[in-house]
Amino acid sequence: MHDALTITDLTVAYRDRPVLWDVDLSVPAGVLMAIVGPNGAGKTTLIKATLGLVRPAAGQTLIFGRPYAEQRRLVAYVPQRGSVDWDFPTTVLDVVMMGRYGSLGWLRRPGVRERDQALAALEQVHMAEFAGRQISQLSGGQQQRVFLARALVQDAQIYFMDEPFQGVDAVTERAIVAVLRNLRAAGKTVVVVHHDLQTVPEYFDWVTLINVRRIASGPVAEVFTEANLRATYGGRIAFLGQQGAAASAVGDLAADEATG
Amino acid sequence: MAPEVEVQLIAVIVAAACALPGVFLVLRRMAMLSDAISHTVLLGIVLGYLLTRDLGSPLLFVGAVAMGVVTVALVELVTGTGLVREDAAIGLVFPVLFSIAVILISRFAGNVHLDVDSVLLGELVFAPFDRVRLLGLDLPRALLVGLVTLLANLLLIGLFYKELKLATFDAGLAAALGFAPALVHYGLMTMVSITAVGAFDAVGSILVIALMVAPPAAAYLLTDRLARMLLLSVLIGAASAIAGYWLAYWLDVSVAGAMATMSGVAFGLCYLFAPGRGLVAGAARRAHQRWEFAQQMLTLHLLNHEGTAEAIEECSPSRLSAHLRWPPAFAAEVVRRAEQGGLVQRRGELLTLTERGRRLAQEASLR
Repeated sequence: MHDALTITDLTVAYRDRPVLWDVDLSVPAGVLMAIVGPNGAGKTTLIKATLGLVRPAAGQTLIFGRPYAEQRRLVAYVPQRGSVDWDFPTTVLDVVMMGRYGSLGWLRRPGVRERDQALAALEQVHMAEFAGRQISQLSGGQQQRVFLARALVQDAQIYFMDEPFQGVDAVTERAIVAVLRNLRAAGKTVVVVHHDLQTVPEYFDWVTLINVRRIASGPVAEVFTEANLRATYGGRIAFLGQQGAAASAVGDLAADEATG
Repeated sequence: MAPEVEVQLIAVIVAAACALPGVFLVLRRMAMLSDAISHTVLLGIVLGYLLTRDLGSPLLFVGAVAMGVVTVALVELVTGTGLVREDAAIGLVFPVLFSIAVILISRFAGNVHLDVDSVLLGELVFAPFDRVRLLGLDLPRALLVGLVTLLANLLLIGLFYKELKLATFDAGLAAALGFAPALVHYGLMTMVSITAVGAFDAVGSILVIALMVAPPAAAYLLTDRLARMLLLSVLIGAASAIAGYWLAYWLDVSVAGAMATMSGVAFGLCYLFAPGRGLVAGAARRAHQRWEFAQQMLTLHLLNHEGTAEAIEECSPSRLSAHLRWPPAFAAEVVRRAEQGGLVQRRGELLTLTERGRRLAQEASLR
């Protein structure tokens, strides 16, 4: 059986500046994987290259052994919340139904079935009572849950989520974690760009550390080590040793990066 | 039909045709592309004329639409260099193409009916004189062109409503789902070009811009549903057209100019008076919030000093303004509103919280 995601020799560059440098990565099906790395490490680019949103300079990515263009229906995508205009004149329910557009294809209109699926997905993220709400009236966390619901109705095999935990409230964080675990229980593969190193061992079972190059990838227990984190973050990070195993980060990373 | 009815009918149809693609331009923050396209189509017309030497040739229309799309491509090319932003790129590209057209007209086509005034303001009042026969009906050509444009826009938006919405709201997801947002984008730009060319003969480029931007911008303030925004844009555009016609009639001025003015007035009215988003509603809301917040501050202040020794000093209505540094009139008004709302009550010289006031203060302290 094929891995859910196979990336070979992937290089993405902005003119002559590599954003991702010869990255190899295999993600087995059924894992909940975090992608971690400092700002500008190419985490978002990795997802975008996989989904054909940026053109790689070299290498390829395969979803269950085939190019993405042939596997679109198997993939769901949660972009960064800030990537869209939340003043757009539409409702929560309408945005969630957009997740069904891929299955509908060109010209076919969403109907009662899509509506019911969207409502069920909103139920899962505890947003059902907001279905008729204009999207600009949502808090950041609620917006994130709407995006999550939109990915859920895609009913995919592999989910790519770009920083779903970014700036969300505690309720939303718990809702997202619950959804991630449900997805894993249903045998889905989930790839999440993640920032909070402390929660990696708790939320995820697989992790990839990148900083332009792939530093390490594998089960959290094996590769989420202080040595690998140092290699990823370039020593600009302090650690609290935790029983010799996975280290959790302390210190203000953002401040370190600003000065480093 | 009487000529004045025909002129108004043409104006209404052109306004509706422009408003539809205009909604998507406004939502994509590309309103200024309508400015560029409505000017550069002239170059396509001129080049078509120089090739065919026939003002009635369909090649003029094809050339004009193609030039509109070329304009968009050139703007993207210039933006793509990363050296200038999109607004500057628009400002660079379209004057070049437009002035080439103006030079070509004055050099090679000075004696034909292609003059710059009619390009900018159109010749709406003369539209009834240029007639065609179709299915036994004797119609002004501009009316027929407008109708075809309107129906084409309705059909395209009707068919590709879902694709246009998705590509406009979230181009990234549209691309990931295989909906080719670049194709949708150029499809929309072709629609804008066709509309601009169709409308431009009758109403000129200035009115094309006004009708593509002002009604959708006004409708955006009135609703938060895309379908309603489309409908309202059409209605506002049509109303501006009719109001403009009568304004021009009474003041004896340019019809296209008056219509463009009225579309601006329509936007101004929505900007001021739109429920919820208008300036007046916003000011009322902020004033309301100011009083609400002042009452919260008052209850929190009373809660903090409730039952303490200094309560007499801190919580007497007469001393309040000194302690909170509020102007006396403002403090008195806040107390009056809080009393009226059942948040506080007077006990002689002491202001105390009611049960409701205490709850509000406790909620406020959690903020």
